[in-house]
Amino acid sequence: MSQATLRVQKMSGHAGSVPGDDAQREFTVCKLIDTTTCIGCKACEVACMEWNDLPFGETVFDNTYQTMPETRWNYWNLILFNEHEKEDGSLMWLMRKNQCMHCAEPGCLAACPADGAIVQYTNGIVDFQQANCIGCGYCITGCPFDIPKMNPKTNRVFKCTLCADRVSEGLEPACIKSCPTGCLHFGSKEDMKDLAEKRAKQLRDDYNFPQAGVYDPAGVGGTGVVYVLHDATRPELYGGLPSNPSIPWSVKLWKGPLKWLGNVAMVGGLIGLFVHYLRFGPKSREDEDIHPRGENP
Amino acid sequence: MTNGWVDMKNTDMMLIMGGNPAENHPCGFKWAIEAKRTRSAKMISVDPRFTRTSAVADLFCQIRAGTDIAFLGGVIKYAIENNRIAKDYLIHFTNAAFVVEGDFKLPADTDGVFSGFDAERHSYNRASWNYSGGKPAQTASTAAGQSAAPPPLPPLPEKVDYDLTLENPNCVFQLLKKHYSRYTPEMVERITGIPKEEFQKAAELYTSIRKDGDMKKAGTIIYAVGWTQHSFGTQIIRTAAMLQLLLGNVGRAGGGVNALRGHSNIQGATDMAGLFDSLPGYLKVPTPADSSFDAWMKRTTPTTSKPAPWNSWNYYSNTPKFTVSFLKTMYGDAATKQNGWAYDYLPKVDRDYSWTHLWDNMYNGLIKGMFAFGMNGVAIGPDSKKNIDALKKAEFLVVGEIYPDETSEFWRSPGISQDEMKQIKTTVYRLPCAGFAEKDGSFTNSARWLLWKNAAVPTPGECRLDQAIVAQIFLKVRELYKKDGKFPDPILKLTWGYTDPKSPSLAEVLKELNGKALADLEDPATKAQIKAGQQLPGFAWLKDDGTTACGNWIYSGSFTEAGNQTARRDPSDPSNMGVHPGWGWSWPANRRVLYNRASCDVDGKPWDATRRQIWWNEGTEKWVGNDVPDFKADSHPKDHMGPFIMNAEGVGRIFAPLGAFADGPFPEYYEPFESPIQNPLHPERTNNPVVTGLKSADDKYGTVKDYPVVCTTFRLTEHYHYWTKNNPMNVQLVPEPFIEMGAEMANEMGIRGGEKVKVSSARGEYIAKAMVTKRIKAMMIDGKKTYQIGIPFHWGYRGIAEDEGKTERMMVNLLTPTIVDPNAHTPEFKGFLVKVEKA
Repeated sequence: MSQATLRVQKMSGHAGSVPGDDAQREFTVCKLIDTTTCIGCKACEVACMEWNDLPFGETVFDNTYQTMPETRWNYWNLILFNEHEKEDGSLMWLMRKNQCMHCAEPGCLAACPADGAIVQYTNGIVDFQQANCIGCGYCITGCPFDIPKMNPKTNRVFKCTLCADRVSEGLEPACIKSCPTGCLHFGSKEDMKDLAEKRAKQLRDDYNFPQAGVYDPAGVGGTGVVYVLHDATRPELYGGLPSNPSIPWSVKLWKGPLKWLGNVAMVGGLIGLFVHYLRFGPKSREDEDIHPRGENP
Repeated sequence: MTNGWVDMKNTDMMLIMGGNPAENHPCGFKWAIEAKRTRSAKMISVDPRFTRTSAVADLFCQIRAGTDIAFLGGVIKYAIENNRIAKDYLIHFTNAAFVVEGDFKLPADTDGVFSGFDAERHSYNRASWNYSGGKPAQTASTAAGQSAAPPPLPPLPEKVDYDLTLENPNCVFQLLKKHYSRYTPEMVERITGIPKEEFQKAAELYTSIRKDGDMKKAGTIIYAVGWTQHSFGTQIIRTAAMLQLLLGNVGRAGGGVNALRGHSNIQGATDMAGLFDSLPGYLKVPTPADSSFDAWMKRTTPTTSKPAPWNSWNYYSNTPKFTVSFLKTMYGDAATKQNGWAYDYLPKVDRDYSWTHLWDNMYNGLIKGMFAFGMNGVAIGPDSKKNIDALKKAEFLVVGEIYPDETSEFWRSPGISQDEMKQIKTTVYRLPCAGFAEKDGSFTNSARWLLWKNAAVPTPGECRLDQAIVAQIFLKVRELYKKDGKFPDPILKLTWGYTDPKSPSLAEVLKELNGKALADLEDPATKAQIKAGQQLPGFAWLKDDGTTACGNWIYSGSFTEAGNQTARRDPSDPSNMGVHPGWGWSWPANRRVLYNRASCDVDGKPWDATRRQIWWNEGTEKWVGNDVPDFKADSHPKDHMGPFIMNAEGVGRIFAPLGAFADGPFPEYYEPFESPIQNPLHPERTNNPVVTGLKSADDKYGTVKDYPVVCTTFRLTEHYHYWTKNNPMNVQLVPEPFIEMGAEMANEMGIRGGEKVKVSSARGEYIAKAMVTKRIKAMMIDGKKTYQIGIPFHWGYRGIAEDEGKTERMMVNLLTPTIVDPNAHTPEFKGFLVKVEKA
């Protein structure tokens, strides 16, 4: 892959045409996560931290093997551990690597009012541009997977980049490279879907998982991360993976029929801002560091 | 491992027991997953806890810790009764047809012990554990290191009586069948706690590879320290080996008995005589009873014992060649035929110097000091308190480590008062060593592959390589011996010809282990020649006349004239069977699957044409193949040479005769030393009859009355031993210790996840937060509801969380007993008794 894959095809809060919109498309990239061969070793968690230079944070014991309850602004890749007792009394210990799903129709991007703070590249990666982020947190509301997290100190939002920096150089994401069992795969969406469907079929035919299937939800236009699940009819067992994720109605309304209301509010806001500026003067930015390495949570 | 990591991808069926490879060997576990993905192989996980491995297994059975022999014995019974055995393999490649002496008795007939039990000495006279047969051979093949020896054992017969119909009531097969007929599903359920329907499902699934005796498929048994750490650990592994022989799985791609070693180089450590009763390459140590080199060789070199018409290579008949070459490496020109190759220089092992005995001897004032390198003896335990008490009595302690550890800080372990601290006179030397990335050298992995690594970074500050520290101590000791010393020869005449004597290069050490010619040599068959001083191509060249030197015969071939073979990195795999012959180097002779002759039928044709390892080539009249044949290359199948060339019999031992094991020729189920029930097979004989406890004031053993809960210890993926508690990344992944307990038990005790609980054994206590989980269930053991808990062992009183006061400063091994396996001396870290309370 070349730099061309990092051309933008969608952009948040942007009026007018999107640069790269008409660029020649290379294939859409995709991660395949086969939960049926994941052993929850957390190599992907460590690789993510190391590649992205994320700082160590404090964790506390919480009656689980899971490193922390949910992803953090500086912890983008988290395996969720769930014990599930089947109807026949046998146990399943479900492990699902959770991270940004890189939706084809990203709720975060739709919700984001800041020009160019969230972009979608032509290869499908959804990426946050913290320099353009205004810290409103609408992306958090817009995400049906509860992924973006705000650094409370800098008011910037972070999440998995699908290692856009690696992918643009033709490498696989760090998590994929580190996976010891090969439950993680990376390639074109088409190839990953194909591989996933074959594995699901194997699980149905040769193993005792008649409901095995692939998770690639249509409600968000499909995702850049697809899962193979033992039971695709009940994704919520896997740490609350939504059955039919969609962009929240509030965001749809906000960005659609009610957009005029926002414009009114925005004008009001600008007036407020002006008044604020007259009263308190400009904001100091000297302590701000938008890079995650800057601090602990 | 008989096979190897990559070979797991060839399997159809995995029985994973006594091991949790997804947790502890995640990288190697990729091959187990590969077999699932590419062959739709099935995986059975049998464990006291539902583990990360169980999470990807196709069948899970929760077993009571330590009851594996009952489970495996039940599977053996199932296989025999349902004709799921490899009949031809059994008859021709194992000793199933051999007839056993008439006075041999099974435990069913002798009050729960085998014939020959001496109750006073807690040991067996093993004379009746023998084959029936003709003229006795000259010597017996007995295990070494058995001190306080009972009368010498009779030899194995040279010509063994046999019955190929397997109908003789005293043939090995009939005895096996009789012995395990008692291991009914009901009995398995009473002992293991696995409901009989579940057990039968597992037995059915595992033996399904041999349905109606069809030989195409292969099953592997994978285990780790969950099998070794018992007072009958060796016998658990024996049972697995017997099951694999019965099913014809040994020597096959995707088969075998596969030990996953607990650290990256434990295989290398044992290969290099990490155990007190062996020399490098598993040569047996001399004892004071071996009056001369010849007497030692006579005792340790087995002679052939087999049915008259069959052949046996008996490769260990080469023991003198391996041994003389070893002594030439050790003592060079000072080892001559006249002085018995400097036999007198070798220490003679007069007693049990195994782990628990070392600490016991220090505790009793017999051992004055200790060098602790690459291990944290206090934390390792068992019975950490005893080890701390022992160190208090030592004169000195030298610790080579990269972190300040529990051992080097034993004098300020929790519970020691300021006053008591002042009384401790032990001098502690803490030497900063090199970490793994700062050293070069080879790792020998579980698959016996030696892989060379380069140092990634130099040692920081004043840290030194281990070999530099050891070398300088040796050179200093040698200086002292030059002035004075009771018996200076072994020290002064030890060869030390390294380029830098103060820090020998490990490549030079490997060259020395590989061995070289000391004179010009010629192979009479091929006329190939080796000049004096040249590296040997392999152990086939070793001589017992002093013309070869070799530090470890099984490593011969690893560093030849062609260079360091362990540094090879050719990933190609022409057969696509995971052989990768150019990747590193594996002992012996770069062979990947041991006993691979058994992958073919009697006529030399592979059992499965799609997985061809080696075969008999009629044209060239040679064994050839994708792997290096583990066999005499020109032995025609019609000569009926046995594939198990390291046994005097040439066949696999379903019955292990004479001195092979201290506690029985067949494994019998005994309870762990601390057990919640009497042994349902024979209540009057609950524990392993040859196992006794140590006697110091710190050696305490509990009973079910006071300690009703079964406890096992385990490791986590996120941590490495007692090391990574010093690394913030690992600490973030799992920040503090915990105790895994079942939801039912927790409910009954009113304990919620995250609350602190106190676990006590007869020896000590351990406090940590409860992890309440569905992954451990209450069990019915012999009709009695029994709970089981598990504790990961990675914490102590020195580490990030410990130093910050965020955890209790405690070690799990404060709980574990000083009881060991009678053959391998491994402590019983699994399946001891505790009580659990709210803390």
